[in-house]
Amino acid sequence: MPLLDIESLVVEYHTLRANVKAVDRVSLSMEKGHTLGLVGESGCGKSTLGLSTVRLVPPPGKIASGHIVLGETDIINCSDEEIRKVRGKRVGYIFQDPMTSLNPVKRIGAHFVEMIHTHEPEVSKQDALKRGKDVLERLGILPERIDDFPHQFSGGMRQRVMIGLALALGPDLLIADEPTTSLDVIVEAQIVELLKELKESLKLTLILITHNIGIVAETADRVAVMYAGRIAELGQTGDLFEKPMHPYTQALLSSVPNITKKGQVLSWIPGAPPDLAEPPLGCLYHPRCPHAFDRCKKEEPLLTKRNGSQVACHLYDKR
Amino acid sequence: MDNLLTVTNLKKYFPVEKGFLDRLLTSQKSFVHAVDDVSFSVNRGDILGLVGESGSGKSTTGRLCLKLIEPTSGSILFEGVDLAKLHGEELRRFRKNMQLIFQDPMSSLSPRIKIGDAIRHALSFQGVGTASEQTERTRAILERVGLKPWSNFYDRYPHQLSGGQRQRVVIARALVLNPKFVVADEPIAMVDVSVRAQILELMLELKKEFDLTYLFITHDLAMANYVCHSIAIMYLGRIVETGSKEDVFGRPLHPYTLALLSSIPVPDPKAKLERIIPKGEIPSPINPPKGCRFHPRCPYAQAICSEREPQLEETEPSHMVACFFPRT
Amino acid sequence: MVQLLPQLSNLRQRGLAGWAILIGAAIVAAMAIMTVVSPWISPYNPIAINVGPILSAPSAQFPLGTNHLGQDMLSRVFSGGAIMFQVAVLSVIVCLVVGVPIGLFASYLGGYTDKVASLVMDSIYAFPGLVLAIAIAAMLGPGVVNMALSIAVVYVPSYFRIIRSQVLTIKELPYVEAASIMGAKSRTTLFRYILPNVIPSIVAVATINFADAVLTSAGLTFVGLGLPVSTPDWGWDLTYGRRLLPSGAWWVIAFPGLMVVLLALGFTMMGEGLSELFNPRLQK
Repeated sequence: MPLLDIESLVVEYHTLRANVKAVDRVSLSMEKGHTLGLVGESGCGKSTLGLSTVRLVPPPGKIASGHIVLGETDIINCSDEEIRKVRGKRVGYIFQDPMTSLNPVKRIGAHFVEMIHTHEPEVSKQDALKRGKDVLERLGILPERIDDFPHQFSGGMRQRVMIGLALALGPDLLIADEPTTSLDVIVEAQIVELLKELKESLKLTLILITHNIGIVAETADRVAVMYAGRIAELGQTGDLFEKPMHPYTQALLSSVPNITKKGQVLSWIPGAPPDLAEPPLGCLYHPRCPHAFDRCKKEEPLLTKRNGSQVACHLYDKR
Repeated sequence: MDNLLTVTNLKKYFPVEKGFLDRLLTSQKSFVHAVDDVSFSVNRGDILGLVGESGSGKSTTGRLCLKLIEPTSGSILFEGVDLAKLHGEELRRFRKNMQLIFQDPMSSLSPRIKIGDAIRHALSFQGVGTASEQTERTRAILERVGLKPWSNFYDRYPHQLSGGQRQRVVIARALVLNPKFVVADEPIAMVDVSVRAQILELMLELKKEFDLTYLFITHDLAMANYVCHSIAIMYLGRIVETGSKEDVFGRPLHPYTLALLSSIPVPDPKAKLERIIPKGEIPSPINPPKGCRFHPRCPYAQAICSEREPQLEETEPSHMVACFFPRT
Repeated sequence: MVQLLPQLSNLRQRGLAGWAILIGAAIVAAMAIMTVVSPWISPYNPIAINVGPILSAPSAQFPLGTNHLGQDMLSRVFSGGAIMFQVAVLSVIVCLVVGVPIGLFASYLGGYTDKVASLVMDSIYAFPGLVLAIAIAAMLGPGVVNMALSIAVVYVPSYFRIIRSQVLTIKELPYVEAASIMGAKSRTTLFRYILPNVIPSIVAVATINFADAVLTSAGLTFVGLGLPVSTPDWGWDLTYGRRLLPSGAWWVIAFPGLMVVLLALGFTMMGEGLSELFNPRLQK
């Protein structure tokens, strides 16, 4: 049984102009111990998808339809109290910017205590702090620093603290939204190595949301590529990188520089992502796709299974 | 080899603002050693990549070269002209030789000025041509950067354009004056991944057409490798290695360069990554480590590294490194 | 206006802030029109005494009653806003002419200019508004211009502060750096790059200024620093209305009071709506 099962999820933003489908009929499932890389550019809906799993989509966004099941819990329909129990305890969330995710006037210890007490109020303050210190040590931070304030940590350290807080209650699922985007190159590599190590030792189930294809190649077992609120392609990491099927995946991969490849010629995708308030008919990618044909302009492609992966493209859907 | 820009012993220290009590109780001043004795030159027609992480001083160096900030000491010669001697009106006029492409296309365009006017201002501030000539040139450059037809864009405001389009406007504005030298400060960092190569291609085409020389400031080594001819690696305000791209990325000498190269994410799951990740993080530029600035994190450091600062020395023709134990 | 402030297009689609501006503007416009056409719509001359019985309650002939001088309240309500509008407009003009340049130059130039200006402005700002206005009006004497000046003095520091904080932020933005790189002279940078981006805040402050001016001028009249008795003015009606209240003649204070509140409300709604529009607190 999968740990997380998302089926036909639709998340809409009610803006002044129109109802925008930030996530449009996305289906995904996560098995325990696996890492999924959720990849896409700005505005593709990956962050919204992540937030939906813990029902934290900010207004004017709203989950419009679909199912999200975590273990036995119906995330969309469960009560407020039940979803609060899920957040932090069963799903650990690492938000993008470690600078603004920590309370600047509270010590790190206080963050841990608050986190633990929300779900396990019977734990004493000393025990909570001890657990916090253990976590910090695990992540390469001196345990004494539990008494420090956020501003006393550098960017990379703060991100480790965030990871620590997310892991403090031993969640089943960890979701990391752009965990390395605001970090320097070397620190980014440190965090990626850390995530890989935690994956091994804690048998983490991880959803890694990012636009950085490189770190996905390194850490993920499977990759889901999103475009304009939909999944364009979903498959094993090796397969996706070696034989990308969807034209968007192909174009995206060839626009990312690979320093180990000599004489690489980078390409790009002309045009811009569609205005979701007035989306084009048919496949949302067709205005920019070099392989678009008639059917693409009229009919939306659905995810079909192909070679062990799934792809939403008429080139592979011979129906 | 024609030196367009020569920078010698450039230093920039920013005083650290102290709180009221600190000022009363201590007379000691502290400084951010943003740029600490940097020397390099840029040849005409070259693309020099100034590569480093945060705190390296690369952005500050770029701005010093354009005299947007005054150096604490050191000299900058542009085509033989000493920038320190330019002031007021003379400096203002000199600006048409050197321009800047900004990192954030949104905040580098005034939200209240139409983009056609934003570009045209460069010409009118410098008093180039008549009003109608200025408009003609603006229209021409809009089309040249791919915003065709100009009539679709001239009267628009920045918020009505996409990120990639805005960056083209920034490039157009930098080039409309036909400068000789352009500093590009992380020009594609805030542009979508799938569009970056397009902007880079545009910059390279324009380089050929306008006969430009670029100083390309970036933390993205893969992009620097793609676009630049020569590379200078900066760490905590100093240059630690310079040379051609092939030298620095192909046969890296400085442990920091090695660390950077091995940290870059590679979009290939089959690639074998031998990571040499230094421990810790970049120290504060207010109190840089004594001796070699990288020594606390360097896996190869020895006693001498904490006592003396290594200087840039040539190990092979045009390939220089500041290290007592370069990794040959 | 829309050219100057592109955010003002499509107000109806801008949610609560847009509605606040539209409703506020409608109220203000309605009251301004009412004041302007008052000579034609007033059934009686507002300053003519004894047109009706003294202190009569609202009736068919005098829908809003009469005051202690037998003046028709309806006519007085129609025309009583004239002074307030004049004082408000004049004070805003003075503030703009004096406050904006000081704010711009002091914060752009920085250094001692900024320190001195800030010191002066903060000192004025430290005084409670109405008290300071009363003190200045008492010194200057009665009259529309003097009332406007005393309100202006009290309000200039608010303009200064808003402009200063905006300029200090904008000064550091890349597009101002871009202006320098292109070789713009300081004056050009200040007026073509910085000022246009400060205008939205100025407009927001000015509207709140109007609201405050309306209330302060009522206050000044209330303490007797207003104008000669003969002018129809809501402020006067409030003053006398208060004295007449114990005798049960509530209509003398009620209707002009309602007008003052309504006018201040209209301006305040516009001001808050504009502030919200230009500095949105909610993010998408």
